Amino acid sequence: MNNRQVRSKADIAFQIVNTVLMILILICTLYPFWYVIVCSLSSISHVTNSVVLMWPDGIHWDAYEQVFRNDLVPVAYGNTVFVTIIGTAISMVITSLSAFVLSRKELPGNRALTLFAVFTMLFNAGLVPFYLQVRDLGLLNTRWSLIWPFALSTYNTVILRNFFKSVPNALYEASAIDGSSYIGYFFRILLPLSMPSIATITLFYAVSYWNAYFYSILFITDRTLYPIQAILRQVLMSSEFNTMLYDDATQSLPSEMLKCAMIVITALPILCVYPFLQRYFVKGIMVGSLKG
Amino acid sequence: MTAKPLRFKDAHRLTFKGVLTKYWQLYLLFIPVAIWYILFSYAPMTSITIALKRLSVLRGIAGSPWVGWENFEQMFAAPMFWRAFRNTLIISAQNLLFGFPAPIIFALLLNEMSAPRFKKTVQTISYLPHFISWSVAGGLVYMLLSLNTGTINNLVVALGGEAQNFIGMNAWFRTIVVVSGIWKSLGWSAIVYLAAITGVDEQLYEAAYMDGAGRLSRLWHVTLPGIRSTISVMLILQVGNLLSVNFDQIYILINEMVYETGETLDYYIYRVGLYSTNNFSMATAVGLIKSLIGFVLVLSTNLITKKITDGEGGIW
Repeated sequence: MNNRQVRSKADIAFQIVNTVLMILILICTLYPFWYVIVCSLSSISHVTNSVVLMWPDGIHWDAYEQVFRNDLVPVAYGNTVFVTIIGTAISMVITSLSAFVLSRKELPGNRALTLFAVFTMLFNAGLVPFYLQVRDLGLLNTRWSLIWPFALSTYNTVILRNFFKSVPNALYEASAIDGSSYIGYFFRILLPLSMPSIATITLFYAVSYWNAYFYSILFITDRTLYPIQAILRQVLMSSEFNTMLYDDATQSLPSEMLKCAMIVITALPILCVYPFLQRYFVKGIMVGSLKG
Repeated sequence: MTAKPLRFKDAHRLTFKGVLTKYWQLYLLFIPVAIWYILFSYAPMTSITIALKRLSVLRGIAGSPWVGWENFEQMFAAPMFWRAFRNTLIISAQNLLFGFPAPIIFALLLNEMSAPRFKKTVQTISYLPHFISWSVAGGLVYMLLSLNTGTINNLVVALGGEAQNFIGMNAWFRTIVVVSGIWKSLGWSAIVYLAAITGVDEQLYEAAYMDGAGRLSRLWHVTLPGIRSTISVMLILQVGNLLSVNFDQIYILINEMVYETGETLDYYIYRVGLYSTNNFSMATAVGLIKSLIGFVLVLSTNLITKKITDGEGGIW
């Protein structure tokens, strides 16, 4: 598309307007993040006196100190890390098993098994029956309630199955001739070959475990088991931050600054790893949108 | 080392025992998967029966008395149910009207950018909001709209207005939902369209250029028609989800002051069943109605998609 050297005035005008528009979109996307970072690091007077916060007036760690003075925050962080790591590991085992079996077209009953899985995407029992089931399994008030009920995503299974299907069947036939069983083929050939796609799905699961918050509020009442997202939500909902986190309410900072610090703490890991991992995500959605 | 001849096409002729000897490993691998689906998807479906019962905590689901359609009658008579139904449809419609075209326009304009590095940077940053949780995104909304320190209210005051608690106002709540939704999904939803645009035949652009078409007219007459089928598939998929407004989003943004305009079906189910009252039976009934309508919508829209794209675009 670069061979249109001759540019009319209209083209140049369009190009300028378009560039301005894109810069505006960039600012709108990034400003909310920038705002909470600046707000959490500025001094009180700077936050209350600025119309549009652009730059912190120095680095003040007061808000972070106050947030971390509460033990719940590091504990919640630990819970989130636990759920994300263990959950992602469990999810990857079940998902790759499911994707592998569903990718073998020659298996008698393959269509029935696929329907068995895909039907759950189309129809679900609803929130209350789901809650009752989690309760009956004795998972309430455990960190496992944030793992087992969400261990398998049919959507991710379908993406991974499409990856597996794109591996030439000749590889399976060759390994079968060498006397390899399905299990041998799965572990020795298919998995090593599919590492890039496995990585993509692993990231999908890790992000969804890290970001989940509603079900932790529903399933867990013991605050020491809360993940960080649930603590953030509680903090946002309480008008007085300190009454939520501290018993000795000696509030010196506006609650907004503490909330901003809390938002930054919760979002930081994602913001840090995002630049390095985003291309894997994009690859995932591209393959997922193909029909298998 | 016995080289077994592979005759996949003969599979249907195998006996039951033959099938098992040949494929037992695959069935074995599927067992944990099946157990998971049964425990977390199919077993809950059996408790849908509580929609037809008056649930007694003491007697459990099995021992509770059947009451026929009583819960459904109660539901259809409840003004709050209809309010939630209406809110869901209105928010979905607004998402369709404003949220649907936004990534298409973004993709079209981004594609016209001539500086490749700038283009790549904009695109990469535009995905970012997709990867943060709704509790963080909701936090950003709360902070920007904060009465005392939020940028929006600061600007309102600087321009001579009066600071407002926008998040607690019925007049603004749906706008906040739609705008924050666009903010979060703009870049991610644009990926599909950007991919479709790269598939448009380059020769068409050349031809249009020869005919003296300017940038805007090429965009309108070549690019847009070129991604028409992608647009229709995405549109139909979104229509299929008409009754599902993102629950994580509503849950973080909603407050009692805006139930009138912001309570969706999902939130109503949560509130009736698990939050303020524990009316399990009625909440299950509402959930069932929602699931059934959603089921029909998705099935029919998938059928339409397959028709449009000659069997290529369906989700299964």
